Amino acid sequence: MFAIRYWSVIILIVAGVVGFFVWSTTGGGGRFDFKLGLDLSGGTHLVYQTDTSKIESAEVGSSLEALRQVIERRVNAFGVGEPIVHLEQGGALGQGGHRLVVELPGITDINEAVRRIGQTPVLEFKLVKVGFETTLTNPDGTTNPLAFEDTGLTGAYLSRASLQFGNGQGALASQPVIRVDFNAEGTKLFADITSAHVGHNIAIFLDGEMLSAPVVQEKITDGTAIISGNFTAESAKELATNLNLGALPVPILLASTQTIGATLGEEAVRAGLLAGVLGFAALALFMIVWYRLPGVVAVVSLFIYVVLMLALFKLIPVVLTAAGIAGFILSVGLAVDANVLIAERIKEELAAGKKSEAAIREGFARAWLAIRDSNIAHIIAGVILFWFGTSLIKGFALVFSLGVVVSMLSAITMSRTFLLALGVSAESGWGRFLMRSGLFK
Amino acid sequence: MNITKNLKYFFILPALLSVVALAAVLGWGLKPGIDLSGGSLLEVSYPAGRPLAETVRNATSNLGLGEVRVQPSGEHNYLLRQRDLSNEERESLGKALGMLGTAEEVQFVSIGPSIGQELLSKAWIAIALVMVLIILFIAFAFRHVSKPVASWKYGVVAIVTLLHDILVPVGLFAYLGHFFGAEVDALFIVALLTILGISINDTIVVFDRIRENLRRNEEGHKHEEFESVVGRSITQTLARSINTSVTVVIVLVALYFVGPEATRNFALTLIVGMVAGTYSSIFLASPLLVAWDKWSRRKG
Repeated sequence: MFAIRYWSVIILIVAGVVGFFVWSTTGGGGRFDFKLGLDLSGGTHLVYQTDTSKIESAEVGSSLEALRQVIERRVNAFGVGEPIVHLEQGGALGQGGHRLVVELPGITDINEAVRRIGQTPVLEFKLVKVGFETTLTNPDGTTNPLAFEDTGLTGAYLSRASLQFGNGQGALASQPVIRVDFNAEGTKLFADITSAHVGHNIAIFLDGEMLSAPVVQEKITDGTAIISGNFTAESAKELATNLNLGALPVPILLASTQTIGATLGEEAVRAGLLAGVLGFAALALFMIVWYRLPGVVAVVSLFIYVVLMLALFKLIPVVLTAAGIAGFILSVGLAVDANVLIAERIKEELAAGKKSEAAIREGFARAWLAIRDSNIAHIIAGVILFWFGTSLIKGFALVFSLGVVVSMLSAITMSRTFLLALGVSAESGWGRFLMRSGLFK
Repeated sequence: MNITKNLKYFFILPALLSVVALAAVLGWGLKPGIDLSGGSLLEVSYPAGRPLAETVRNATSNLGLGEVRVQPSGEHNYLLRQRDLSNEERESLGKALGMLGTAEEVQFVSIGPSIGQELLSKAWIAIALVMVLIILFIAFAFRHVSKPVASWKYGVVAIVTLLHDILVPVGLFAYLGHFFGAEVDALFIVALLTILGISINDTIVVFDRIRENLRRNEEGHKHEEFESVVGRSITQTLARSINTSVTVVIVLVALYFVGPEATRNFALTLIVGMVAGTYSSIFLASPLLVAWDKWSRRKG
């Protein structure tokens, strides 16, 4: 008796500490704040179909990984939230085409996202027309299209691009620059252009924007050019990588998009929270009115269950979606099922003439089989759901399965400890009332 | 409760509901949402007051996007449903809507038909898989109970019960789809899978009690007719069968009425499935066991 009271106090203290952890880390976006899925935080979800038909089967895996890395770098450059880029295989049994899934929390401008993900850096070398040297840009800062003449030299003639620091000349000494090595054909073309235009400017364009327009000092025959611009070490390195990769290693096609505005997400979080609180309150009322003392104990255990789950969401962390919140609310209703089975069983044992403590122990032991079996059925469904799901549904499956396991532990161990610790004797009239159930009996 | 006397009446409600639900599904069919059939959905908000639906329809009719179904939503919003759109098509649609007033895009979803098709076939496999696993699990859990009814029969009966439990919400959505345009989406399938996992609870509770009563009789060398054991077990577990469902339904009702819009139909599907699951565990599963036992005796 003493030991069991000791344990129940420890459980309550631990639950209090966990509860404080949940409370104090919620809001503010700290490390342990809740992670909200795209449908709750607002953002963009893009699915690309990849075309691996032209890639040797042995190289499909590595090409896809290269693709993932390129896209990841590009979306990381957006500098928002925590973008997720992952590969998944389609087909009902996972034998279909590969897909690339991009999740961009906080970004609701699909156009911008799609453009930047799909972009292939285009490098062009253009000749500045004589007489336009001082009017390369319009007064509003845009490039003046009339000032340039195509040379035919582009990034297609590239053999390699690399990051370098400065070329030792004046102000550029420590600036990151990109060194471009042309292939044989490009080298010849570059030599021809430079020899024909010594003293003229050649402008270097990236994605249609002029980076610089250096003066050709002499004919260049070694096939290298230095591109300077307002690069940071990071952006220069990224550009060099993108130039090296040229087009994406695997062609991709946008298959599905989803954007959710931030207000819609906020509304869903608010509604989900309200539903959770109201659902819990109604459930608590039902349990206490119907099952009396075991009902009160069940509600305390259930509250601890909720606190534990919330802490797990933060620690694992689980990305919460609308479906995930629904799964959690559902799991609260299911978690108390074990308590119903136990309370009914205890009542039966009491009716059979057992003393209070024996009835509680026996009630738990006998209810266990049914609880175990139904929870195994839940887990079967949960695992299949996880397999079935797209990322939004996986959130539901994860929360649901986690809830089943955690509730099994909380219902069996905690409720039992608390009930035994209270030690209400069912022999007295008042005690009998407390241990029974129903509305009027 | 006297099972023998009331056996045939017990089947009436589940049988009737199954037939009606099946007729609804076959007659009206289900309306697949865009995540299953492919297509796109754009929700647009006009905070300063929205134009007439007719105006929106006219503005979008000649963009070459096929049929655009315009449906008002909330106070300021419209939901536009059409075939799946490329990014350029989406932009042109957005521009056309922006011409009618200050418009904000609330959400946009576009799903290619192949992805929807795949999800649908995955759904069938998932449902079949859950059923097979549950039948195997029940047969295993009740493996020591072979007299007078073999343990695999418990599994089969559980599956018949489960089929009924998901047929009822499916029938409801055929009805809602036909008359109110309700669509079934991936979450609907999730709800069905969840019903399979949960509504088996009540059936397990009754079966577990039958298992226990049979064992007690055997230990006490007491002879009791199978149907009387079943009847006694149902009576003993009636309160908990109902109450375990009540607890789940309570939270689902909260989710349905005040929860997020996105999971409203999901909650409704689960509520209907849970209620169907509760009465089927009482009025279908156990009486079916008894009927099967009688039938095989008569045959043998």
